[in-house]
Amino acid sequence: MTLPSERHVLIIFPHPDDEAFSVAGIARLYHQMGVPVTYACLTLGEMGRNLGNPPFATRESLPEIRRQELIAACEAMAIPDLRMMGLRDKTIEFEDDEKMVQLVTSLIEELNPSVIYSFYPRYAVHPDHEATARAVKEAVSRIDKTVRPRLLGCAFANNTLAELGEPHVIVNIESVKDYKVKALQAHASQTAWMMAETAKRVDEGQPMSESWLNIEKFYVIQQPDELGEPIQRVQY
Amino acid sequence: MKEVHIETLQELLNSFANKDVYIHLETTNGAYASHFDTKVFNAGAFIRNAKIRYELGKVVDDTPHRIGLKMEHGWVYAQGITHYELDEHGRLLMAGLDYTGKLAIALQISETPFSY
Ligand SMILES: [Zn+2]
Repeated sequence: MTLPSERHVLIIFPHPDDEAFSVAGIARLYHQMGVPVTYACLTLGEMGRNLGNPPFATRESLPEIRRQELIAACEAMAIPDLRMMGLRDKTIEFEDDEKMVQLVTSLIEELNPSVIYSFYPRYAVHPDHEATARAVKEAVSRIDKTVRPRLLGCAFANNTLAELGEPHVIVNIESVKDYKVKALQAHASQTAWMMAETAKRVDEGQPMSESWLNIEKFYVIQQPDELGEPIQRVQY
Repeated sequence: MKEVHIETLQELLNSFANKDVYIHLETTNGAYASHFDTKVFNAGAFIRNAKIRYELGKVVDDTPHRIGLKMEHGWVYAQGITHYELDEHGRLLMAGLDYTGKLAIALQISETPFSY
């Protein structure tokens, strides 16, 4: 099946680099289809721990470095509309819950997306991911069921497969894999070590054990009033 | 940031003594610690822009270094400090970087508030 076209795609994640791991390929595919994409990135990953030794950054210089990396990654993914929402890394769960829902609601009202990509609540590991996932799910739940955008979530907790089963939506991104690699490389302060390790394995002729650079996978997030409705598993 | 030079860092700590200063103190083992290893107990603390005044600041010559600030009614201390710099805004940034280059602790002192 081919990836369906969308009115507008809204991506919401808390950290620069969440999007590169989760949706870089699909964002690039939407770009090729002429679908408008907005990425709302809630923080600048100010609390990133990787400063290097010898260090290439300080706690205070890291945010600006990551801001530049995020801009470069969005160029690689061809995401034209990047919103930096100005929250602080690791504090999202402590913000007022309603304020967070309203932040998402105003993005939805402005952009009228037909699909939203974020994290899957309770399977997203990092406290900021969870807080983001909760706010997005709640904001979407308040929209009338007949006009609600579809909500797709990334899940990577260790118990994901056991409890949620196989992902509902699997997207083959092989044709745009190079752009995903570029997006990941753009977040060098976070990914340099990992990317070097990956390149080494490929150089040594070891195929990547996982297909993580070839597919992106998502779960349909159902609202309380949608539970019980069948979910079709699809592959694009 | 450079590796700690005891005499220079001690002079810098002295230069902020008996002044109202803002501190940033942070310890962490990473938000993913117990995701990668379920045996890890994940704990950390963070305080940013608390205003304090210390009468005595001391760096101890033991690697990684411990730094203590004695206040009128209490203490601030950090252990595991390996690197420091006085940045372009005159703020004293100190950090403990582990063997893989990950920040394990930060202690920072400034006469003006740190950004948000
Ligand atoms: Zn993240």
